[in-house]
Amino acid sequence: MNRRAWVQQIMGMPISIHVRSADVDSSTVARAVEEAFDIVREADRLFSTYQHNSEVSRIRRSELEPAQADPLVGQVITLCQQAGELTERAFTDHLPDDDGVLRFDPTGLVKGWAADRAASRLAGLQGASYCLNAGGDVVVGGAAVEDGSGPESIWRVGIEDPRDRSRIAEVVELHHGGVATSGTAARGAHLYDQATGTFVDRSGSVTVVGPSLMWADIWATALFVGPASLSNRFSRLTDGYRLIRL
Amino acid sequence: MRRIVFAILSTITTVVLLFSYHTSTNAASAASSTVAQLPATPAAPVSPGSASQPRSSTKSGSSAGTSSPANYTGAAANTRWGTVQVRITVQGGKISASQAVQYPQGTSRDAQINGSALPILDQEAVQQQSASIDTVSGATVTSGGYLQSLQSAIDQAHL
Repeated sequence: MNRRAWVQQIMGMPISIHVRSADVDSSTVARAVEEAFDIVREADRLFSTYQHNSEVSRIRRSELEPAQADPLVGQVITLCQQAGELTERAFTDHLPDDDGVLRFDPTGLVKGWAADRAASRLAGLQGASYCLNAGGDVVVGGAAVEDGSGPESIWRVGIEDPRDRSRIAEVVELHHGGVATSGTAARGAHLYDQATGTFVDRSGSVTVVGPSLMWADIWATALFVGPASLSNRFSRLTDGYRLIRL
Repeated sequence: MRRIVFAILSTITTVVLLFSYHTSTNAASAASSTVAQLPATPAAPVSPGSASQPRSSTKSGSSAGTSSPANYTGAAANTRWGTVQVRITVQGGKISASQAVQYPQGTSRDAQINGSALPILDQEAVQQQSASIDTVSGATVTSGGYLQSLQSAIDQAHL
């Protein structure tokens, strides 16, 4: 069983794809990996708040009606609404801009959404197990050998210690699903709490493990910024997801 | 003054490294050049982590410490100081050397540049930890912080 990695910088973050397969150097694998990166690039093109002409930038300037935007934008808007309702508004797609005005910013959801979409392209590879890491949020899947639960298909995901980022505090083993961590260790106070109208500056981190990286990421962010009581809601509403607080 | 120049250069090369990791197919062409040797990095003691540390020490894939060295040359990047291009050598899952293959005109080629271009990583800690995990989940890593992340060391071992 061989393993190979590819790394590209997209959306201002490193996207690493690792593939385990008997033939990691095949053109089939290379094509799938490139298409997976393309999916993330497409998401960046549509949703980036840094690219002046992305659809989201145009929506933010009221130059484009959401209803006229690409269907993928509509899909993300719907998901953002669902995420807001599920998390009692701890997740929000309206964040303060540089001028302090709240503007449409779905990037907190788009990262996990795009990573899941990219991963589904890798899932089509026969005889391959994959791990995609988008700036610290991880989605794994596939089957390197027919029995997809064997050691060849298990990925050991280290959860970074938020107090010492050179250390691994926990290790989660999984062969399918996502691992998302929210915290302020890497970028400082960037997670916005809609309830108080401030950026959260607490220490520690929240990791959520579950079938979908996008939902794991939504909950990790919501549980990090939201009230402690949100944990009960998380347990009640989610199935197959678990929580690691550090 | 020279020190300041070197400090700036090392910053440039470090930044360029960040954006230049991708699998290179021209490893053979790199063999002709002299590659700076990595000075031994003093390693801090590695905390053993919590109870969920790995049960087994098996490595996956082809990351065994005995692998032969491989060179990766990043894309040339235009900086405000000039064009910079960096090559790294990966051996046994670690960056064993790095070299600026292109650097701004008017500065002398100096070992200090090469030495400083290495990522600021505790190599021993990285090796111990990255051997037992496949990937890292943590608070969002930006492109700017990537090189100093454990994830980058894991990626490099499998490029």
